[in-house]
Amino acid sequence: MGNPAILLKDLDISYGSTKVVRDVNLSVAEGESFALVGESGSGKSTVLKAIAGLAPDWTGQISVLGQPRGHGPDSGFAKTCQMVFQDPYGSLHPRKVVDAVLREPLKVHGLGNRDARIAEVLNAVGLDQRFRFRFPHQLSGGQRQRVAIARALMLEPKVMLLDEPTSALDVSVQAEILNLLKRLRAEQGLTYLMVTHNLPVVSFMCDRMAVMNKGEIVEIADAKQLHSGDFSHDYTRELYAASGAEAV
Amino acid sequence: MTATKPLLDVENLRVSFPTPTGPVEVVKGLNLSLGRERLGIVGESGSGKSMTGRAILRLIRKPGKMTADRLAFDGVELQGLSERKMRDLRGARISMIMQDPKFSLNPVMTIGYQIAEALKAHENLSRRDVQARVIEMLQAVRINDPEQVAQMYPHQVSGGMGQRIMIAMMLIPRPDLLIADEPTSALDVSVQGQVLDLIDELVREKGMGLILISHDLNLVARYCDRIMVMHAGQVVETCAAKDLHKAQHPYTRGLLAAVPQMKETREVLPVLDRSQWGGT
Ligand SMILES: Nc1ncnc2c1ncn2[C@@H]1O[C@H](COP(=O)(O)OP(=O)(O)O)[C@@H](O)[C@H]1O
Ligand SMILES: Nc1ncnc2c1ncn2[C@@H]1O[C@H](COP(=O)(O)OP(=O)(O)O)[C@@H](O)[C@H]1O
Ligand SMILES: [Mg+2]
Ligand SMILES: [Mg+2]
Repeated sequence: MGNPAILLKDLDISYGSTKVVRDVNLSVAEGESFALVGESGSGKSTVLKAIAGLAPDWTGQISVLGQPRGHGPDSGFAKTCQMVFQDPYGSLHPRKVVDAVLREPLKVHGLGNRDARIAEVLNAVGLDQRFRFRFPHQLSGGQRQRVAIARALMLEPKVMLLDEPTSALDVSVQAEILNLLKRLRAEQGLTYLMVTHNLPVVSFMCDRMAVMNKGEIVEIADAKQLHSGDFSHDYTRELYAASGAEAV
Repeated sequence: MTATKPLLDVENLRVSFPTPTGPVEVVKGLNLSLGRERLGIVGESGSGKSMTGRAILRLIRKPGKMTADRLAFDGVELQGLSERKMRDLRGARISMIMQDPKFSLNPVMTIGYQIAEALKAHENLSRRDVQARVIEMLQAVRINDPEQVAQMYPHQVSGGMGQRIMIAMMLIPRPDLLIADEPTSALDVSVQGQVLDLIDELVREKGMGLILISHDLNLVARYCDRIMVMHAGQVVETCAAKDLHKAQHPYTRGLLAAVPQMKETREVLPVLDRSQWGGT
């Protein structure tokens, strides 16, 4: 095997003088789907932001596909690694139509063949071409999340950082987006690092998960362990019990 | 005792909003009869759950419009009541908990003051009795240091504590019916259970009626006796909570099937055929 897709070593992350993430060590293999779970405020988004260059104040080591990452935004990095946020309302520019949203990364990176690429990506995320000239407010929540995923795919990244990509959606729409993410990963050989608070979503989407509590990873487990509830750390067992392990 | 007069009796409830092409109905002829029991209303966003909850309290804001053939609480038709009488009823006999506690609490008043106001609006008590009831209520919602928390402002407490304070505020006048609209959507899974257990315990203890509104099927199944499934402003199915897994309506079945399971083995989740429902 070559390099891991994502390697985090002794990672501490701060906002100003407050350290919010400590001593994170993690290795995500190429093609793997890996979850970060834990309650809100535990530092999950902060880890993704540091990898994406949006939380520059960190120490330790971050590499993606064998390339060490610097502390600021890095346009070369954007081509290998992209992030999708929870809130499809907030993450799209309200006055830009879908076409402009998707065209922008191509312009920034000087890539050609733009119309064809946009059409192809819309197709991949299951959005009809008629949505191409709509504004975000003219789309449903699920359609907006498809646009956000399409935008992340424009540069054909190998690694996707997904921050609660379906938390704001209804269960039926969530099912559509989860199926879409699963299919894209298989088709394009993507690696996912996905933040979620929903353990059943991990069970459906992921191979492994890291459980975070108060800025630290307390356990790394196989997603299969969700079938038995057999976890080694008390906090994980608590989280499992609170997630109502019994189904309807 | 439940077989006699229902606590709440609603017939043909309709809520509409004007649009350039004429009024659009978002609640379309809903019927509902509730005793001192726990009813869950589930459905996807936009299905009309919140509008139903608000209409029961006559809280539909303009330009929205509501009508009903009957909207009776404890045998009294609410549509005939003056706005003043309605205000007396709200809080005192019917309370509503909304989704976001930070939004519903007044940021510039202490928590103790706000809870006391909620009580004083409906009961004539001495200062000392008010204080005692406030502390007792904060304890009932499992706040360990009630005297100290009573002095704090909303921004100084966590989301979970904020929601427990909301519950204290809503329950302190000892209402007969509590309408809880997505009371825990803004909270963590770990805290959600605690808040719902608390609502559940208080509702059972005081023999209140509860309408729990949520998009989460598992959650209403766990905390209610009966479930109403709404789609596009209509009730498509009503069933006992314990029978939810046997639901018949294809829409309900579709929703249930779309929920990922803890012991998931499916490669693909089934999705709703939206064309069948005419919506998006
Ligand atoms: N931009 C920021 N500035 C200062 N503190 C922040 C910022 N973003 C997050 N935090 C704090 O960092 C901690 C971890 O937050 P976050 O990574 O968003 O948690 P999670 O995603 O697990 O909910 C929290 O205590 C949060 O309040
Ligand atoms: N002020 C308004 N004007 C027009 N339509 C509205 C207004 N408020 C709500 N609606 C519509 O009413 C429908 C029902 O809303 P609501 O009861 O809030 O749904 P739910 O609580 O089930 O998500 C939605 O389709 C919503 O778009
Ligand atoms: Mg987060
Ligand atoms: Mg609502």
